[in-house]
Amino acid sequence: MIQVKNLSKTYGEKTALDTVSFEIKTGEIVGLLGLNGAGKSTTMNILTGYLSPNSGSVHVNGFDMGKEPGKAKRHIGYLPEQPAFYGGMRVNEYLNFICDLKKILPDKKARQEHLDALFSQVGLSAVKRRLIRNLSKGYRQRVSFAQALVGNPKVLILDEPTVGLDPSQVMEIRQLIRERGKTATVLISSHILSEIRELCQRILVLKDGKLIADDSPENLAKLTRRPHQVKIRVKGSAQQVREALKDTAGLVSLQFLGENEEGTVDAAIETEEGTDARENVFHALAQNSLPLLYTYGSEASLEDIFLQLVRKQDDSHL
Amino acid sequence: MTAIFKREISAYFHSALGFVFCAALYFFTGYYFLTYNIYNATADFSSLFTLLFPVVLFMVPILTMRLMSEDKQSKTDQVLLTSPVSPFSIVLGKYLSALCVFLLAILMTLVLAVVTEVFARVDWPLFIGHFLGLTLLGAALIAVCMFLSSLTESQVIAALLGFTASLFLFIMDALTAMVSKGFLYNLFYYLSFSKRYQPFTYGILDLSNVLFFVSIAAFFLFLTTLTLEKRRWS
Repeated sequence: MIQVKNLSKTYGEKTALDTVSFEIKTGEIVGLLGLNGAGKSTTMNILTGYLSPNSGSVHVNGFDMGKEPGKAKRHIGYLPEQPAFYGGMRVNEYLNFICDLKKILPDKKARQEHLDALFSQVGLSAVKRRLIRNLSKGYRQRVSFAQALVGNPKVLILDEPTVGLDPSQVMEIRQLIRERGKTATVLISSHILSEIRELCQRILVLKDGKLIADDSPENLAKLTRRPHQVKIRVKGSAQQVREALKDTAGLVSLQFLGENEEGTVDAAIETEEGTDARENVFHALAQNSLPLLYTYGSEASLEDIFLQLVRKQDDSHL
Repeated sequence: MTAIFKREISAYFHSALGFVFCAALYFFTGYYFLTYNIYNATADFSSLFTLLFPVVLFMVPILTMRLMSEDKQSKTDQVLLTSPVSPFSIVLGKYLSALCVFLLAILMTLVLAVVTEVFARVDWPLFIGHFLGLTLLGAALIAVCMFLSSLTESQVIAALLGFTASLFLFIMDALTAMVSKGFLYNLFYYLSFSKRYQPFTYGILDLSNVLFFVSIAAFFLFLTTLTLEKRRWS
């Protein structure tokens, strides 16, 4: 479990974090989103004890990072944004060093069994005796990921966990995160929003060091959903669609987007706020025997949600 | 601390650095032994240890240049500082590894003394005094150069800073002679590594000199720990 209370951090004049508070329970996978410079890496660095906050507190599994850093750090597995390791060490040697550093698995046999299982999980078995400096970027990322998982930590903090991996490896790593997330607390920062949507039950959005959203992707989607704005694809001509929709209740605008499929037309429709354009459009088209092939745009993608949240914040400052 | 110590020792001998450092000191030790002990047919090691003073001054920066700066440059300090190891343990582990390599390098003097013992009588209490003096000099100098290494992420700059510090220590006696009596004179006089080291080569074991080198080492280890801690607040 991670408990963050009123975390603030400044770099000289610049405020990197401004009284950020949140809590992540065991068994939760939470995504941390924000534009570049929003404070994601600073947050992660503070959570892992790499940086100290100017004010506020971080508790990891009940241990205060400021007062008992050793005990708090023992529960954390951290994958930094830039994989960091000693290039002159072999993969197996490096992970043994991490075990020593974390003071875990003193029994050599048990340790090697644990490491072998880890190598197999992250796809490092074939290169475990190679020097890290000679590995490709993808393999280095896997080594970095493996060091975060050493000792099955109760809290995983992952900064861009799948960067540099091939698509099949990305799927495997995501599955691994999902499995670990059942018993551990996981915080992920990623610019791949589909990854966040796929993995996370909750999303934290940072903007200029402030936490501007903390909710499930579904609830965030509701906040940004605009059911009065839809796009449709109809089998028929633009003229037929215009005729069919001209008397639609609350119609504000109808804009044709062209023909993307033979014999069909795409259109963007906006009705008055508070109405659901989809229902009225469906009835109007049905009455005119114009098949509605699909409706889209009312369900916001995570990209839309993220951008709308960030823009909304900007607008509120104006 | 043990994990870091083991890793650093392994790093010294996985690269050429540990071997080159030992080989260079073995060379100078062997050369001075040949020219002073063998040619003069003497079992007195005072000259050898006196001549090793500048060698150690200029070799130690090479030994310590990567100790802290490498972690800063390759971001492995992130791995160390997010592990459940205190900054002081990190510093101590690295320091002890460098000290061990240094001891391994000056162990050649002991080997030569044992060989000499076969042919002549070595004054062992005097030799142990010499050896202790050189060890303490190395211990203090490693701490100073390690601190300098923690100030930069470039190994070259770390080495240059170390050489500058060594040069300063080397010419400190000359500086003492150049300044009139006063604060600077006293400062140079009391901080002179050479003046503190010389009594060991005369066979004088003065506790104040032992304490001087130990205090210098402790002070700079403390400063290095502070530098590491400071990174968390920057």
